[in-house]
Formats: sequence, structure tokens, C-alpha cells
Amino acid sequence: MDNFLTGREKQIVRSGDTSQKIQCAKPSLAGSVSQRACVFCGSRVVLYPISDALHVIHGPIGCAAYTWDIRGALSSGPELHRNSFSTDLHEKEVVFGGETKLYESLSELIDRYKPKAAFVYSTCLVGVIGDDMEAVCRRVSKEKQLTIIPVQSPGYSGTKKDGYKVACEALATLVGTSDREIPKISINILGDFNIAGELWLLQEYYRKMGIYINATITGDGRVDDIRNAHKAGLNVVQCSGSMMYLAKIMKEKYGQPFMKVSYFGVEDMSDALYGVAKFFKEKELMENASLLIKEEFARIMPVIRMYKEKLQGKKAAIYVGGSFKAISLIKALRLIGVQTVVVGSQTGTPEDYALIQELCDEGTIIVDDSNPIELSQFVKEKKADIFIGGVKERPIAYKLGLGFCDHNHERKEGLAGYEGMLNFAKEIYATAMSPVWQFTR
Amino acid sequence: MLLRHTNDTIIEREALTINPAKTCQPVGAMYAALGIHGCLPHSHGSQGCCSYHRSALTRHYKEPVMAATSSFTEGTSVFGGQANLLQAVETIFTVYNPDIIAVHTTCLSETIGDDVNQILQKARDDNYVPEGKFLIHCNTPSYVGSHVTGYANMVTAMVKYFSGKSVTKKNQVNIIAGWCEPSDMREIKNITSIMGIKTILFPDTSDVLDAPLTGHHEFYPKGGVTVPDLVSTGDSRYTIGLGPFCSEDAAVLLENKCKVPFDILNLPIGLEATDKFVMALSKAARVHVPDEITEQRGRLVDMIADMHQYFYGKRVAIFGDPDTVIPLTEFLLSLDMKPVYIVSGTPGNKFGTAMSALLSEKVPEAKFKNGERADMFLLHQWIKQEPVDLIIGNSYGKYIARDENIPLIRVGFPILDRVGHSHFPITGYVGGMNLVVKMLNAILDKEDRECREEKVELTM
Repeated sequence: MDNFLTGREKQIVRSGDTSQKIQCAKPSLAGSVSQRACVFCGSRVVLYPISDALHVIHGPIGCAAYTWDIRGALSSGPELHRNSFSTDLHEKEVVFGGETKLYESLSELIDRYKPKAAFVYSTCLVGVIGDDMEAVCRRVSKEKQLTIIPVQSPGYSGTKKDGYKVACEALATLVGTSDREIPKISINILGDFNIAGELWLLQEYYRKMGIYINATITGDGRVDDIRNAHKAGLNVVQCSGSMMYLAKIMKEKYGQPFMKVSYFGVEDMSDALYGVAKFFKEKELMENASLLIKEEFARIMPVIRMYKEKLQGKKAAIYVGGSFKAISLIKALRLIGVQTVVVGSQTGTPEDYALIQELCDEGTIIVDDSNPIELSQFVKEKKADIFIGGVKERPIAYKLGLGFCDHNHERKEGLAGYEGMLNFAKEIYATAMSPVWQFTR
Repeated sequence: MLLRHTNDTIIEREALTINPAKTCQPVGAMYAALGIHGCLPHSHGSQGCCSYHRSALTRHYKEPVMAATSSFTEGTSVFGGQANLLQAVETIFTVYNPDIIAVHTTCLSETIGDDVNQILQKARDDNYVPEGKFLIHCNTPSYVGSHVTGYANMVTAMVKYFSGKSVTKKNQVNIIAGWCEPSDMREIKNITSIMGIKTILFPDTSDVLDAPLTGHHEFYPKGGVTVPDLVSTGDSRYTIGLGPFCSEDAAVLLENKCKVPFDILNLPIGLEATDKFVMALSKAARVHVPDEITEQRGRLVDMIADMHQYFYGKRVAIFGDPDTVIPLTEFLLSLDMKPVYIVSGTPGNKFGTAMSALLSEKVPEAKFKNGERADMFLLHQWIKQEPVDLIIGNSYGKYIARDENIPLIRVGFPILDRVGHSHFPITGYVGGMNLVVKMLNAILDKEDRECREEKVELTM
């Protein structure tokens, strides 16, 4: 099995080889053991953290079962989002349509839980049986006097990334439906999902600087805050893959500016804080940011240096959902002495890949929409010590005798910000240096 | 309180499922297919399905799980999946080189009406399948049955595609494994090996999903039932199906196809179910029960006797798949416990019949429900009405366990937050001891932690 998937050669390049440009945003080849998911998955993970809304999955039971509380998106209040609500479609509905069942489910749910709003997700099955989900949502909305937003996310209608877009469109219908006055120096945090409580770290930084945080979309998100999101002075967007589209819509509709940031690694985190301070053109903000960053550096750098000494010379392979995240990871790894030798993502963009090619040492393998065979071979060829990826990559890494760090939704410690950098260094150190690997040789 | 919205007032629900005690068919088909050696499961549908199923199995087994997908697009859903499936077959044999591709469908490919049987025939006719390699399939529409149904359908496909009858009978017994862990399959093989019986166990996920760490990633681990073994099931003397929901269709088909008589038993969970299994084996293979088995049984009975006072009258809630839950209920009764609430999302009348037979006299107050809306929400409402001492089920029980401060022991699928299920069986007499120990630890740990100080006992 040493031949790669024919037709995939162009989705693999090596850094330093300028003759080649990576191909991406291509549908996966049928028959590949792809690590990718579907449109529904994309929409569901983006909207899921809005914790005072109902999330109803209109489809067969699987789509609801597999997305039931799989993402550690923490809430400081309601926990409604951690339940799994499904219309559990059966043969009868496939033949006669599922609109009645959806109508009844929604009505029952709203009576029971009195949510702030409801998101109703369509799935493959609903897409092909042709239920008029929007009509049902409109009807229940009228009867119950509640905002009900249909999320058109049949799995087959694109990739996970298209699902993000659908989610952004759904969010856009909420934004602008409230008019609460808020301070001028205010931001919305877009694209952080509060995995392992990361958002709370970020909020703390911004508050210390003197910035009012309006809506967090969608980590620890609340319907009423999102309704009022257009009032913030700036949209600060992390994770370009999922939330950029919403930021663009808001810019067009409300003239609200946005800024693209990453919170991962001390460099990017500091750039983000300075960037936001600079945007508001307030001297005090800049001073506060500078002070905060200085303090945090003084606190964490000695520890980071200790890890760097010990990790020097270790090599890492990265395979994550979006390519933007990979860029931050490469930099953060470099800070702790770890060289990146393989970089890949499920749904990367040409711009990000170009930047990665520039950023990495010569010979680094860069790959789009990879699969286990390729990844195993790359890792072996490049003699990586650590793998950074998601749920499906973890056991493969272990089988190969590599350390592993989950940088997806199964992370257990926040990895954003300065505190997150410490957690990241500790996690990489613990896994790279674990005594277990000596027993595998 | 994660489930703070749940209260004890049960309102009849017409349509809604809250926190399901099941998932959909394809994951079962995928799991069963992994129990064939050198097999790559293939999901004929959108990418998401395959990704979800692989993730679910990966989280449960903490093992790499390989499966391919037809990667449906908008166009595929309009024009049909034939082109994708043909391309997939070609790609898979070229790149991943399995011995067998086991195709299962999804709600999408079923609803648009793809005829997978015909497409696979075309693949064979057009030479997409290399010499000595196989394509098999089953239909697993997600809107029918549950993950258990999908498992049963793939097991039946194994018989449909492979079982053959030659001129000579073989002195061997088929065992069709209902959905259980690799550890359970290994234990079942242990029992038959102690009894000196040649058996063909299918599917068999031991040495597939409990592979050792070697520093290499084996795309096709060494375990799994082989094709020659599957073929020879038609020459076996007898078939024992373990778990009616998962094994009955396959056993019936094998009898129709190759005239192999069969018996359907429960999965050998607990004393009585294991007794029945051992007796059935002894009868089918015409061997005596060896002392070693009798001694294993004796050790389990001894353990129960030692601790029976702690089991008496304990109220238990169970949720999970019928083939597991039914013998488990029986075992709890033989321990003098009270299984009072039992829920399974998997539909089928056999569940109610079996539960009535087990519970109507011994625990007349017991409540049980399966199929639509037999979900975790209902189970929790019952518990709110009158609490239990122990919950047995998969990881999704942890929310209720925490909110109500009830110990949970993890049995079933999926278990996402603990290990051990792939390695320590709950089947056979040995498995019975594992269960007894797990239950006792859970109950007594809580007692030790929470009883009044003067009541703390050193000796129990």
C-alpha cells in the first residue's frame, strides 16, 4: 500500500519546492479514507455553543446521537445545548414527509424548555425528501412567538466548511434584532468556542485592557447578546474558516469593521491584543495591553524556556481542521523548540498554505485533505515525535509510538492565550517525554 | 445540574426524542465488518456519516478505525451514487488493498434509490475487483431500526455472500456473535477452546479493535474471521446465535441456505445465560463439559455467595442494546437485585416479551420501554420519580449519575470516557465475576464515602 491516491498528488507539496502550488478546496475522492466530515457537522459545531437556544436535529437519529455533547464548549450559565433533541425520522416520514413530526417536536420542546430561540438543522434525509422546513419554522414561530431559525445543512451539499457558512447565515438572521446601547469601546469575539474554557481567558485579557465584550460568537454564547452584536465597535475574528463569513456579512450590513486574529501562541496572542488596542486609537488601551503582555511574558517565559531546553530537537506533525490554526501551531511549537515537519488540514485555503510554505523549514510536507495511510507514511519519513490532531488521528499516532496533543474539540486544557501556551507546552512535554514510548521500541 | 430541565412529570410525547438511547444503522454495519479479517468497511453516502461512525468507534475503542466513503455531493444526490461507488471500489483496491470491501448504505443513498446490489455486480462484471477479492454489502437505512439492526444486517450479509455447502460436513460449530466487545468475543473463544470444540466465530473483532502497540500501524490487524472460515460455516454441524436481535436473521439464512440447524440464545452474560451457552455447546459438539468450566462457574457462584447480602433488593436502572440488556436483567435477578427501569432505543417486540417473562413475577413494579422515545430523558424521569441504587449503561448515563448522585457502571456502546471494556469481558463466568466486582465496587465505594462516620466498616 505504498502508492498514494492517484489524483491527490497536487494536494501534497514540500516546503522549499517553489515549482508547485498546492491544490485545495477539492471534494474528496470517492473511496478515500478521508478525515473530513459534512455540511451538517460544520453547522452543528459552530452553532452548538449557544447555550440558551434549542438545537433540534431534523433527521434520523444518528445525526443527533453523534453530535450530542461531543464538543467541550463550556457555558457559564444554561446547559440546554448539551442535550440532544431529534425528530428521529422513520420510514413513515421518508414516505409521507417529516413536517408534522417536526412541527410536533418543536412545539413540545418549546413548551417544555422555554428557550430564547431555536435552531432547526436539516440533514441529508430531509434534503432529499424535500420537507419545507422553513414553512414549519415560520408556523411554530408565529404560534409560540419565538425566533426559530432553519439551518439548511444537508450533509451532501458541500464540505464542513460550507456548513460553517450556513451557520453564519443563520447567525446573521439573529444579529440586528435588538437595540441595546453599549459602550463605544466594545468588541464581539467571533470564532472562539470556549473549548475547555478558553474564551474566559480571553475575556479576562480584554476586560483588563478596558474593553467591553458584547457578544461571544459562539463560545458561551447567548441569543440576546448575538441579537445585539451589530452594536459592537469591532468584530475580532478567530478561526478564519468558520466565522469570517459572518464578519463579512456584518461589515456589509452594518459597516462594522473586523479584524482577523489568532489567540494561539504568545506572538499571535500579543498581536491580537495590540491590534485591538490600536484599532480603538486610545492611548490608555495600548498602555494597558502593553502592561498586561509584559506581565504575562514575565510570568510564563521562564517556564517556557525550561520546556524549550528539554524539547529542543523534537519534531512535530500537524493535521488539523483549518489551515489558519496550523500557522499558529507552527509558531507556537517553534517557541518551545519543536520543529514542524508535516502540516496538513482538512479544509485549508490557498493563502494559508502559501504562508505555511514560507514559514516552514525546507522539506516540510504540506498536505490537504489527507488520509491515515499518507499521514502514517509522512510521519515515518520525517521521523516525527509528536502528532497534533483530532479524534481520528490520536490512536494512529499512539500505534506508531508517537506522542499526541488534541488541538481539536477534545482538548481538556485551554490552549489559547498566555496561560494556554503554558498548558500547551506542558501537554507537549508530557506526551513527548512520556516513559511509555521507550517500551514501544 | 447538567440535566436541570428534567423533571418527574411525564407528559406523553408524540414526536420528540430527547437524549437517545441508540444511534443509526450504519455504525453497526461498520463495526460488524471490522470483524472480518482484511476488510475495509465502506459507507455509501455523505462524508459526514463515515466520519461520525469512525469517530464514535475510535472514541469507544481508542483504536484507529478505518473505513472509506463514497463522498456524496449535491450532484450525486440528484444523479445517483453509481459513479461514486464504482470509483470508490477502484480507488480502494488500488490504494488500500483490502481482501474485502463491505459496503453499507445510508439514509441518503437509500432514499435516492441507489441499487447497491446492481452497482456492485457491475463493478464485478467490469473487472473492478481483483482476483481473490470480494465485495459484499448490506442495506442500512438510518431511518429503520437502530445501530443494532445495522450490525445484524452486516452479519447476515456475511452468510449471504460467503457461506457455502460442500459435500462433507465439518466437525465444527458456528457461533454468531451478537454485538459485544472484543474482550467478550475473546472470552467466548476461550470457553470453546477449553471445551475442545472447533468453532467459527463471526464476526470477531478481537485482535482487531484491541490491537497491541507495536510501533507500527497495521491497517488490517491480524484478527477477524477469515473468508475460508466464513465459507465453511455452511458445512458446520450446528449454529449458535448469541443475541436474537443481532444473530437470528443470519442463523435463519444459514439454515435455509446450507441446512445448518441453529439455536438462538442470549449473549452469555451472567450465570444462567452462560449455563445455557455451555450446555448448548456441549450438545452441539457432543462433548462433556470439562472440569475447568465447572470450576470457573463454581468460582463465580462462590463470589456471589460471599457478597450476596450487598446485592439484595438493590434497585437498578439499565439502558442499552436489547441483546445486552436482556441477559443482564436476568443476571441481576439471579443476584437478587431489582432491575426496576429498563430502556432501549432499539425497536422490536422481542424486547417486551423477554422483559415481561423475566420481570412480571419477580419485579412487578418494573418499568421498561424500547423503540421510539424510549430515551435517556424518560429513564431520568423514572429515576426522578423513585431513585435507584445503581445505573448500568454507556457513557451517556454519566449526566444522570452525576445529577442524582447514583453510581454508574459502564456497559454497552458507546463508552467514551473509560477503558477496560475492550479488555475485560462481561460474558462467560469470568465476565460474570467482572460484572459482580464492578457493581460491588460502585455500590460499596459510595457506601464508604457517604455513610455516617460511625457506620464506616473496615470489613465488608
